[in-house]
Parts: sequence; C-alpha cells; structure tokens
Amino acid sequence: MSRQPPIPGTTIFDGVQARKGYALNKMCYSFNDAANRKAFLADEDGYCARYGLNAEQRAAIAARNVLQLIAAGGNAYYLAKFAGIFGLDMQDIGAQQTGLSKEEFNAKLIAARG
Amino acid sequence: MARIIGGVTTSHVPAIGGAIANGRQQDSYWKPFFDGFIPVHQWLAEARPDVAIVFYNDHGLNFFLDRMPTFAIGAAPEYRNADEGWGIPMVPPFAGHPELSWHIIESLVGEDFDLTTCQEMSVDHAFTLPMALLWPDQKWPVRVVPVCINTVQAPLPSAARCYKLGQAVARAAASWPGDEKIVVLGTGGLSHQLDGERAGFINKDFDLRFMDSMVKDPTWATRFNTHQLVDQTGTQGVELLMWLAARAALGERVRQRHANYHIPISNTASGLMLLEAA
Repeated sequence: MSRQPPIPGTTIFDGVQARKGYALNKMCYSFNDAANRKAFLADEDGYCARYGLNAEQRAAIAARNVLQLIAAGGNAYYLAKFAGIFGLDMQDIGAQQTGLSKEEFNAKLIAARG
Repeated sequence: MARIIGGVTTSHVPAIGGAIANGRQQDSYWKPFFDGFIPVHQWLAEARPDVAIVFYNDHGLNFFLDRMPTFAIGAAPEYRNADEGWGIPMVPPFAGHPELSWHIIESLVGEDFDLTTCQEMSVDHAFTLPMALLWPDQKWPVRVVPVCINTVQAPLPSAARCYKLGQAVARAAASWPGDEKIVVLGTGGLSHQLDGERAGFINKDFDLRFMDSMVKDPTWATRFNTHQLVDQTGTQGVELLMWLAARAALGERVRQRHANYHIPISNTASGLMLLEAA
C-alpha cells in the first residue's frame, strides 16, 4: 500500500505504524480492564514506564493529544480505550483533531446530510 | 441442507449501546436510527431464523496486534462480551453452534481460505450491538457463528476477497446436512473516520451508491482496493467489507425488503439493509 496516493488528514495504520506504536497500543489495549485504568490514573508515569513507551509516546499521552498519539504510532481503536478513561466521546475526539469546538464538529457532521 | 434466508447489514457504533442501556430509542437524536429496525423485527418474527452467521470486525477486545488474523471464525460453544474500556453495558451470552462452525471451517479451508479458528472468543460491540438491534429483548433465539475480518491493521483483505469469503460461506451452508434457517449479518460502516485531521469525514454519495449496488450490482465495490475504499469512505468506513461478505453469502440475486440511512449517529453515517435471498 506504500505506493498508494496519500489521503489528506489520514494515517493508514500499516506495518510501519504497527511497529512504531506497539508499546503505546499495548498499553491502551490493557485499558480494557478496569483495574488497569485505575492503575494508570494512580501512577501514570509508572504505568507508562512499565509498557516501555518512548519519549514521543509518553509526551503524547501526557498531552492527551490524539494527533500526537497517532503520529507516535497509536491506532484509533486502542486510543479509544485511552480516551474512555477520561469519559471523552467521539465528538470530543473529533473536535480536538480538527481544531473545531464540539458544537462546530457536530455541525460538520450534520452538514454531511447535504 | 441449511438455507440462508436473508441478510441484515447495519452500523455498529458503540454509542448505540449507551442509547439502549438508557432507553433513549425514542429521543429525537436516536429515533430515526432505531425506528429503522421495526421492519427488521417484523421480518425476523415471521422468518424465525435458527442461526446467525455474523461478519464483523473486532476493535481490540479479542485480538491485539501481537496476533492479528485476517479472517477468524468462532468455533466456541458460547461467546461473551467483555469490558472494552469505556463501560459499554454487557449483554447476555450467545450460544454458539460449534458443529456448524467446524463444518464451515472444513469447507472454507478446503477451498483454500486460510482461517484462524477460535474455540474461545470474546465478541465486541460490532457483534453484540447488531444482535441487540435485531432482538431488543436480548433473548437470543439463534445460535451464532462469528466471522471476524481484520480492519484494524493494513494490509486488509480486499473487497474482492471478502466477497469470495461470503460466497464460500454460502456453499458451506448449502452442504450442511442440518435444516437450519440462517440469517447472515454484516456489521460496520457506513462512511466514517474517527482519526486524523479528516475526522468526521462522511461520504453520502458513495454510501448511497454502495447501498444501491448491494441490490443491483453486488460486486461493484470489489473494483476498489482497500486504500481507495478508505479514501472514499474513511478509515473506519472500510468496514463495508463486512457488508460485502454478508451480501455475497445471499447468492446472486436478492430482494430488498427494507433500507434505512441516517446521518449522523456519533461520527458515522448509519446504514441498514434487509435483504432476502431471491
């Protein structure tokens, strides 16, 4: 797929991203378990260290910044479990990534009705 | 022989689970979505299928990136939902049909499909929510065979390959000696993208063209590679692969009994089709 034309604003989660983001995604996968979500909140530094996040990934987690997390190899499905810790919904996440307010993001969705 | 009597294809947005748990089906936001299922309920009450073969994609409940099968099939006596990280309400367990699962496995591997077989398998919202939409009382009247298609990590199987998978499942059902009536489900889509600066992307024109093709020209979408499908439908809109597999299992010709399309449910253009094998 590497020879495919890039899609604007889109990162294809391929083998390159899967390798880069493995530790980050593995940590996020652990958040399926409520005890792990609690452990992360109790000691974020320790939890990230245990999963071997690199500096870029650690900074993106600290910033709660979805675009940075994707750049660090994060996959949307696992990142959703991280976002769940903070009770964020998909419109919060969409708004953050597009630089819109939540109201503006919702309006953008409704505008797709045409 | 078992008979595939029809298929239902539907979106599986996680927020549906919250709406069900909180009884919001008639809220103005949700009504256009949930009311779409009334004709499906009527059809199911009449058709009374015994088995549901469910094409869906796992979102990081049963499978992680340590081992990511392209096609995985359940062969378990029972399937359960589990915590997916954001407190989605649980649903009752689903009874499997291991004998039929193994028959499908034998048949498909005999046709050179390289499957991952799962005697234990958690099923996530992509499986549980469509089941709850079809049978709101959550007293499942069907035994289930989950078929999971990878849409997490590229390379994804092509649309053409998913179509062939569905055709092969139909042949397996036809050679099963039992007399069960089977409904196939294809869950996911339609256009949506959760991640990146293009988050919120929806492509109504493509979705409607695709839904039309499901009836009139079912292999239409197989002309696109998965990258082109992501371009047209979004990083998660590519879940239409499940629709294609389900459609292919219905045979060459179908009758459309019902369709619904509504923007938005969460960040998704939600689609629903009820197709009868003709």
